[in-house]
Amino acid sequence: MAYNDKVLDHYENPRNVGSLDKNDPNVGTGMVGAPSCGDVMKLQIRVNEQGVIDDAKFKTFGCGSAIASSSLVTEWIKGKTLDQALTIKNTQVAEELALPPVKIHCSVLAEDAIKSAIQDYRSKRAVGGS
Amino acid sequence: MIYLDYNASAPPRPGVVEAMQSCLTRLIGNPSAVHAAGRAARQGVDEARRQVARLINAHHSQVIFTSGGTEANSLALLGLAARAGFRGRLLLGATEHPSVLAVGQVLVRRGMEVDWIPVDASGRVDPDWIRRELRAGLVAVSVMHANNETGVLQPIEEIGPLCRAAGVPLHTDAIQSAGRLPLDLATLPVALLSISAHKLGGPKGVGALVVDKALAIEPLLVGGGQERNRRAGTENVAGIVGFGVAAAAAVAAMADEARRLGAWRDALEADLAARMPDLHIFGRDAPRLPNTSLLGWPGLDGEALVMGLDLVGFAVSGGSACSSGKVRASHVVQAMGAEEALGRSALRVSLGWDTRAEDLQRFREGLTGLVERLRRMSGPLAVGN
Repeated sequence: MAYNDKVLDHYENPRNVGSLDKNDPNVGTGMVGAPSCGDVMKLQIRVNEQGVIDDAKFKTFGCGSAIASSSLVTEWIKGKTLDQALTIKNTQVAEELALPPVKIHCSVLAEDAIKSAIQDYRSKRAVGGS
Repeated sequence: MIYLDYNASAPPRPGVVEAMQSCLTRLIGNPSAVHAAGRAARQGVDEARRQVARLINAHHSQVIFTSGGTEANSLALLGLAARAGFRGRLLLGATEHPSVLAVGQVLVRRGMEVDWIPVDASGRVDPDWIRRELRAGLVAVSVMHANNETGVLQPIEEIGPLCRAAGVPLHTDAIQSAGRLPLDLATLPVALLSISAHKLGGPKGVGALVVDKALAIEPLLVGGGQERNRRAGTENVAGIVGFGVAAAAAVAAMADEARRLGAWRDALEADLAARMPDLHIFGRDAPRLPNTSLLGWPGLDGEALVMGLDLVGFAVSGGSACSSGKVRASHVVQAMGAEEALGRSALRVSLGWDTRAEDLQRFREGLTGLVERLRRMSGPLAVGN
């Protein structure tokens, strides 16, 4: 299968690979996918006092398109508010990376990972009462 | 680029391109024409037929040139099935190439019964299983000589006499072994054998089915009566001549290549196994082609490996395919009973006539670095890590 240059670039030079401290109250962790049936993505965000995502990290198990999708969304969500980040759709990821039909699920996982990380952050804040 | 994908296609051997070029400019006649130009083209085809026959020690009249290995497999199985009126039963190996699997599915739709011969964990079929299934109504048995993914060799020398005693024609897809291992139809007990030119250093688009003289098969293509009425159509003269030159070169170099590539392959596997304790080598306990290695690491993604190696200049193949969000191990490693997490990581390395020792040195460095990088990227997410 031929890969788009942007997929190759993110695969070769992934942005923001790594982890944040999941116990930090300012960090939200999203984990999506199932290793038994395909790809797994872990996406973490750190949110500052203004409610802006000031850092994002990922780890991904999967093919080049899955790695590129997660790398791309970490770039996109940095500097955005949570509500802005929630507007990112899988179709934008698929379009940016020119993913073929069999790889669309990779962009879906990336969108789900953002939602899951934000949900985790918000539930932490709700429990913390701040 | 370092090319380690010879089981997909081999670069042309020295002399092949020159012979084909000369053919395209000089042999302009139709081999069926009676005039001098036609006779010259016929002579080119006949010489190639002898060279290909020598590759497997067959008589030249047994060689039917085709458009490649796929057509040879189709001609063998559809040709036998048609002769039986598309009635009866076939036994086909579970790890056959898709060009056999798909014909099996067509024959089921045509109303025939097809049973798949299972393999053990090392990828070999059990001759006793076949012996038990040899009953009346059996039209053909097809078991490949060497597997394209693992290189595992099947016990054809044991299966052949069983089929012969039962009067059932045995077909073998020898596309991966021809030119790599000695094949001798005087002793190899098969009725039909498929070969392909480009796997042994000839051009793409030409192959052959070699058929037992006593066997009549129904042609797929009818028309001008070429190939003794077994495959009509004006011959692909340049392709056939290139096939002949490649076959002759492969025969001359075979013993040396098998020894050299086998030693390098074994050293590569031993070195990688020492560096990576969780490395799995598919079919390692079975007799295998000397040039092929199917590697796997539970918790890595085969497609990411192939892509990463491509980016740093290595051409290899994966053994898995992604279909609508689910990565599936190939039917070959599934038939061998491999766990899904191991199957999806499969990476095939296949060497050939132009491989050099330093290619493999660089490959093991590139592969080791990539495996470490992918593991850092997935952390503990992957199954098996």
